Amino acid sequence: MTAELTLARPTSRGSWRPTVRVGLLGGIIAVYLALVGIVPLFDERPLVNGVISLGQTALVLTMAGAGSIAARRATGGRGEVVAAGALAGAITGGFVTLLVILGAAVDLRAFMLNASPRLYDLLTFGLGVAGSWIPLVVGAAIGAAAGGLYVVPARFRTPVGWGLIAVVALGLFAGLLRTPLLTSGLSQVARFLFAPEGLTPIGAIIVFAVATAFNVARGPVAVGRRVSALPGRERRAVFVAGGVVSLLLVFVMPLALGGFFAQVIALVALYVLMGLGLNITLGLAGLLDLGFVAFFAVGAYTVGLLTSTAEFGIAQWPFWAAVPIAVLLAMAFGAFLGLPILGIRGDYLAIATLGFGEIIRILAGSDLLKGVLGGPRGIINIPKPIGVAPDHFLSGATQIYYIALVFAAIVAFVAWRLRASRLGRAWVAIREDEDVAEALGISLVQTKLLAYMLGAAFAGLGGAIFAGLVGSIFSSSIQLFVSINVAALIIVGGMGSIPGVIVGAIFLIGIPELFREFSEYRFLFYGIVLIAMMRYRPEGLLPSRIVRRELHVPETESPAGLPAGEPLGR
Amino acid sequence: MPLLAARAVTKRFGGLVAVHALDFEIDEGAIVSVIGPNGAGKTTFFNCIAGFYEIEEGEILLDGEPIHRLRRDQIAHLGVSRTYQNIRLFNNMTAMENILVGQHHHLHSTWIGAILGTRGVREDEDRAHVEARRLLRFVGLQGRGDTLASKLPYGDQRRLEVGRALANKPRLLLLDEPTAGMNPAETEQMTEFIRNLRDDLGVTILLIEHAMRVVMGISERIAVLDYGEKIAEGTPEEIQLNPRVIEAYLGRGSVAEVVAQSDPGPGSAASV
Repeated sequence: MTAELTLARPTSRGSWRPTVRVGLLGGIIAVYLALVGIVPLFDERPLVNGVISLGQTALVLTMAGAGSIAARRATGGRGEVVAAGALAGAITGGFVTLLVILGAAVDLRAFMLNASPRLYDLLTFGLGVAGSWIPLVVGAAIGAAAGGLYVVPARFRTPVGWGLIAVVALGLFAGLLRTPLLTSGLSQVARFLFAPEGLTPIGAIIVFAVATAFNVARGPVAVGRRVSALPGRERRAVFVAGGVVSLLLVFVMPLALGGFFAQVIALVALYVLMGLGLNITLGLAGLLDLGFVAFFAVGAYTVGLLTSTAEFGIAQWPFWAAVPIAVLLAMAFGAFLGLPILGIRGDYLAIATLGFGEIIRILAGSDLLKGVLGGPRGIINIPKPIGVAPDHFLSGATQIYYIALVFAAIVAFVAWRLRASRLGRAWVAIREDEDVAEALGISLVQTKLLAYMLGAAFAGLGGAIFAGLVGSIFSSSIQLFVSINVAALIIVGGMGSIPGVIVGAIFLIGIPELFREFSEYRFLFYGIVLIAMMRYRPEGLLPSRIVRRELHVPETESPAGLPAGEPLGR
Repeated sequence: MPLLAARAVTKRFGGLVAVHALDFEIDEGAIVSVIGPNGAGKTTFFNCIAGFYEIEEGEILLDGEPIHRLRRDQIAHLGVSRTYQNIRLFNNMTAMENILVGQHHHLHSTWIGAILGTRGVREDEDRAHVEARRLLRFVGLQGRGDTLASKLPYGDQRRLEVGRALANKPRLLLLDEPTAGMNPAETEQMTEFIRNLRDDLGVTILLIEHAMRVVMGISERIAVLDYGEKIAEGTPEEIQLNPRVIEAYLGRGSVAEVVAQSDPGPGSAASV
């Protein structure tokens, strides 16, 4: 709070304290990036081949970020703005310089594994302590450049900014984009734009130019403005056409982009499904359920037991026959687990449900049920939902992609209908104030139990599809992390909001998957993003909108039954 | 038979007796006030009626049937609605939705019906929305239906709370300090509004109120609580002259003083 207030105040002439503060923060981040190993590890991975590595990009972005924040807050003439950027960048770089000098004097490796001579060489372009001045100067230069963007008009700054963002983004995803391009007959384009890792220098220039030009032309804005200027009927036609095109894109995407993308999106859809389930219990009814994975387990194991053709399979049913049973069983479990904990409120409920989740997880892996559920060896040979030849286009991940998407759409529809019903209102009322809700005639037992059961049903469906997706279910798939992930995606997306669940799943499940190559480091950023989100946008990315209903109700001029008592004057 | 009757109701919190052996009756269609100094047990008594507290002794009868063992939602189903001293709206719902929640048990859609969007459910919802809109107009909140409850001005929040309570089509309405925090003009409107509720809708009204102008103006009978016990009951005129009431409000010793002042006009005695 205090920090925000201080930073929001315009810098008085000649006061450099905010700039210094930004620089200090940047310096700490830069040193942190170096010491946790991001700089050395991703030095091997180019962003633009032969020009700049990812590790260097991280440092450059920190310096540029510090410079631009300082410049934006600086007041005074152009010179002062640029100088503020340069100072913040220099302080950021100065921290790195200090790190290099300190590292030469003391061996930091006892505390920091990554504080190796190699790191110092990287930071000084191979000069070691003799080149310790380099980060400082580079920082100042980059900070000044970033600050310089704030003395030119916004119509230059914005396109340049977007151009740079596009280069970084495409450089990051180069590997993912290159493969489908290579296999889809556009291999010339792929080789031209992308190096084996990262962009080619030419590619980077082209990406920058295209993104900049697109922004200069103000593409999306102009189109949006032109569409909203259309008369109602044509506008609707544009929307319908847009909808059809996006549907087609959704349909064609896995075929064009290949199996990996299909798998990622199927995973996202799976989490959307479970997210919509927990959104009922947590988002609407406000019951924080951290044992959500239990219902997922029930759904997955039910499908496994009923369909598996290997050991532990008991019925060898087709997948589609097992799914309804899995959902119903998960619902029954929801009621079974829900009943004893209905009276528990708030934080205590979270702990109690956490207990349930853990019981199920441990049971699944226990010796007790090893003979039934297979324990760590799991249930394998769960048939694919649609049996096709291996070379059919519906084989593998593509099939699961379609199934998960269709189910996610159905579940979103169901969730939307429930939210708009009397039951949905009762859930929200309970979340807001359960005593008052009960005094208005809402049965807490019945309503909460329904929230539990329906949430559990969605989770069970998620588990069933997961079993079909992977083709097997092991006790190790039942992790507390699943519950946490689902809860986090709801909170990040926006509590109680259905579009929020979708955005949250893309953000927390999809994007980390795309960063697979960065292994554990992606969770580092995942954590940072979560903290930043809760600090700056606690209501979530897409908070639920107010339902505007009053004006949609047909006017009844003569109110029946209730004589027009003199309304309180306004 | 009275609509609501309390017989020897006692409510304790640990060693503290909040309500002690209270006998109380209210007839159908009446407006009755409960007054008393702060901490006299008025709100506790309301909470006992509405099922927020379990009473230790005695019984509470609605239409001769005991309700003191029922849950809050069951009591609401029998036609008892209430408002709260500190406004308790559903702040993140719109005014309209607040009223729709109040109609909960008069709607009949099941969750399966809601998912399928059956015709019955749609008609149910349409009726509910028409009714909610009418209630909004009735409490003077026309056009504010899509505003979040928390964004409404204070006076409107009080009105909305009454509207939400009315959505349950109550026979007995418990109003806990409905004019608290209102300016004289708003208080005047609210008083008029409460009287209309009874006159037009036939709702029986039991209210806790501190503003003596309101109490004396609309109550047919007044019950006075002090330290959890009923120390007086009667018409406004009787209450104003009752020495025990004056004592409870002004403290011992002031009785003689007040009684000595001849002719206490309406509202002058206990306007503390």
